[in-house]
Amino acid sequence: MWDHDLAWSFRRSPVTMMAAALTLICVGAAFFSPWLAPQNPFDAAALDLNAAFKPPAWVEGGERAFLLGTDNQGRDILSTIMHGARISLAVGLASVALALVLGVSLGLLSGYLGGRLDAFLMRVADVQLSFPAILIALLIDGVARVALPSERHDEIAIPVLILSIGLAGWVHYARTVRGSTMVEREKEYVQAARVIGRRPLAIMLSHVLPNVMGPVLVLATINIGTAIITEATLSFLGVGVPATQPSLGTLIRVGNEFLLSGEWWITVFPGAALVILVLSVNLLGDWLRDALNPRLR
Amino acid sequence: MILEIDRLKVQFPTRRGTLTAVDDISFSIAPGEVLGVVGESGAGKSITGMAVIGLLEPPGHIAAGEVRLEGRRIDNLPHEALRRIRGRRIGVIFQDPLTSLNPLYTIGQQLEETILTHLPMSSTQARERALSLLREVGIPAPEARYGNYPHHFSGGMRQRVVIALALAAEPRLLIADEPTTALDVSIQAQIIALIKRLAAERGAAVMLITHDMGVIAETAHRVAVMYAGRIAEIGPVRDVIHAPRHPYTVGLMGSIPKVGTHQSRLMQIEGSMPRLNAIPPGCAFNPRCPKRFERCGVERPGLLDAGTSRAACWLHAAP
Amino acid sequence: MPLLKLDSVSRDFDVSRPWLNRVIEHEPRRLLRAVDRVSFEVTKGETLALVGESGCGKSTVARLIVGLHAPSEGRLEFHGRRMQMIFQDPYASLNPRWRVRRIIEEPMMFLDQKRDVGELLRQVGLSPDDAERYPHEFSGGQRQRISIARALAGEPDLLICDEPTSALDVSVQAQILNLMAELQERLGLTYVFISHNLAVVSLIADRVGVMYLGRLVEIASAKDLFSRPRHPYTRMLIDAVPDLEMSGKSRTPVAGEVPNPLSPPPGCAFHPRCPHANERCRVEAPKFLNGVACHAVEERRI
Repeated sequence: MWDHDLAWSFRRSPVTMMAAALTLICVGAAFFSPWLAPQNPFDAAALDLNAAFKPPAWVEGGERAFLLGTDNQGRDILSTIMHGARISLAVGLASVALALVLGVSLGLLSGYLGGRLDAFLMRVADVQLSFPAILIALLIDGVARVALPSERHDEIAIPVLILSIGLAGWVHYARTVRGSTMVEREKEYVQAARVIGRRPLAIMLSHVLPNVMGPVLVLATINIGTAIITEATLSFLGVGVPATQPSLGTLIRVGNEFLLSGEWWITVFPGAALVILVLSVNLLGDWLRDALNPRLR
Repeated sequence: MILEIDRLKVQFPTRRGTLTAVDDISFSIAPGEVLGVVGESGAGKSITGMAVIGLLEPPGHIAAGEVRLEGRRIDNLPHEALRRIRGRRIGVIFQDPLTSLNPLYTIGQQLEETILTHLPMSSTQARERALSLLREVGIPAPEARYGNYPHHFSGGMRQRVVIALALAAEPRLLIADEPTTALDVSIQAQIIALIKRLAAERGAAVMLITHDMGVIAETAHRVAVMYAGRIAEIGPVRDVIHAPRHPYTVGLMGSIPKVGTHQSRLMQIEGSMPRLNAIPPGCAFNPRCPKRFERCGVERPGLLDAGTSRAACWLHAAP
Repeated sequence: MPLLKLDSVSRDFDVSRPWLNRVIEHEPRRLLRAVDRVSFEVTKGETLALVGESGCGKSTVARLIVGLHAPSEGRLEFHGRRMQMIFQDPYASLNPRWRVRRIIEEPMMFLDQKRDVGELLRQVGLSPDDAERYPHEFSGGQRQRISIARALAGEPDLLICDEPTSALDVSVQAQILNLMAELQERLGLTYVFISHNLAVVSLIADRVGVMYLGRLVEIASAKDLFSRPRHPYTRMLIDAVPDLEMSGKSRTPVAGEVPNPLSPPPGCAFHPRCPHANERCRVEAPKFLNGVACHAVEERRI
């Protein structure tokens, strides 16, 4: 019955269907980029400096082989976008997964056990919320750079990035789950489980968790967009992914330098790709939240 | 007659088809009379009340029939006109006194607002009237409590304030939807007595909607028993309770436990009330009826004379 | 030996304002005494009912018996093996995400010998196929049956029922009450039945305890309580039940309302509303003697 109603709501909204299609295309292109991309932009040997600064194929001077043009090193923009999107998506999904697991666990414990643990965790959350997420990510990233030897920076860069964006984002999940947990805890099916003799941890995981996950999934979908943008921002600032594995943010930064000299395609296309990706994920999240809402009420 | 309901039908269009929540019911209430509308959940009694005051939640709407207040049709009035009638000529008491009163205004303010909206008088006069209403409904020291907010009152006191509000503009018809269900049994008795007395004094007609037969027994003159959106039986309270004519009413009365009698088991009706989208053809009660015969599953009975009451049951068809 | 014994059990709830507010406004802690020195016994095979209006503490007593709250004072003795509980709200007492089978199997986790889920469902009047469905597919009455099946799965000696039929329609209530009576006969169960509905209680209870503002004011066999109520509050409660027989008996409506449990009246909690209150009632709380806590009864004034 659930799925039926969700599917019906999905079919009724052309915007949502389009957003889902776009998301699917972006994710597909990104995931399958090693096989789909016309060129491997990270293979230095395959690059030809003569092919640098070529405009998109439909502009005079462009070539079919480089559909969206090339950058200052002769890399095909389309291929670079696909590979970059892959990294952006990977970082986005992984950091959201981390924030979700951390936030949901802490929220469950906080809401169910209450008392001093709850008070402590919520104060920590309040403090963290008073800082912008980007600053927190920057902070964690900075600490990692200082703590680790510079040879290992490139290796560790992406995991550290995921860690910093993830740690910056757990609070919203924790608060949402804590609120729902406090409501569910008072319900009689939880009390029945206590009477039956189940342990608190078992009750939290098997009884409460399935009933509080709904809003979390909606949050997660929307946060994927935010995470990708945060990653892009950090990469734009130069503290995100290493230069050897550029993400969409890096591409935008690199292309920025050439914007005013006329090679607009180097920054515009990665920028557009970022916007389309985040927008379609957000629209999907919007629809999901509204479609699930009458059920939650 | 103050209120006349004539072949009223209320429907809800849904994704899966049209549901008929109230199907062709008719009754009337005379001045000073209390008519109980009793039924279990899903029978359509609250929806009937909402249809009369014009507060049906969309997409629910009146699909057929008429509602007449003192002879004039009110079901087809435009919103503005109906809003004026509500409050002035019809007073409403809902179940939950906590949500019927605005928590942000004092009870004095709420009373005055209602009075001034419907009756031409100065605010001093309105205040006087509000105080006398509070006295009438039994709020002790009304001057002192005039400036109190709803949450300063207990449940029973709040319900009295709600009753005062309902009576503020001297309505001709009072609709009470489960007015005592949320109250303790000892307070219930007080509120029942209050409603009865006030209605009698003013000659107002009262439509008392409830699932509690005991409240009906104490308060109403006549009672209509509803089942699956239809009236199963209607008649004087004493007769319907002590000598029910419809098998559903018989089963209902048998399943109510009574203090003092030493029964070991209650009478029980098998099955449950059909959902609105699965009402059987013919008499809605027939699948559960111990007295059913062939005609019951085919033709829907209208209200047939059965002594002093009327019952929608083929057992009472004229031979 | 009684199956269950409560010995002067009390339960306090801390309803103080948040710590910061208290410190700034110099307010003391506020304690709500929800249950005040309640003592009674339950024998195997009987149905003891606890009645009272809202705020009287009967639901708290149920939760104390079953262990959801710990007593602040006093002692609880249970001489059986297992207890189970049935709750009031059929819509909140079953996990909406679990199938019926899992719901009913849960109590069996702690038993060596599992029962058959289909058999349990049949016992409560449902079909074994219902095990694969979700709670939202059932009506209120059917959900209560599932709750009963779940309770029975745990093979309890004692079943605590907290207003199990208050949220149900009258005809559904009749079905559930009949079912519970039948199960008690067949399985030799003992019930503690909480209710505010005196009519229901008069039907199913062997003994009845009346509570007011956390205290037990009278306890007697159902027969005695309804034919010869002693405590003034019991009399008023019985009097306030709407008269379905319409015998035309004149009733004096109960005066006043239940006071705020945070600041109960001194002495006997009922004295502001009692037509027989004297000076002693205003000052001294009556002791529980012979099944009733009332000075007027003790002094043979009524």
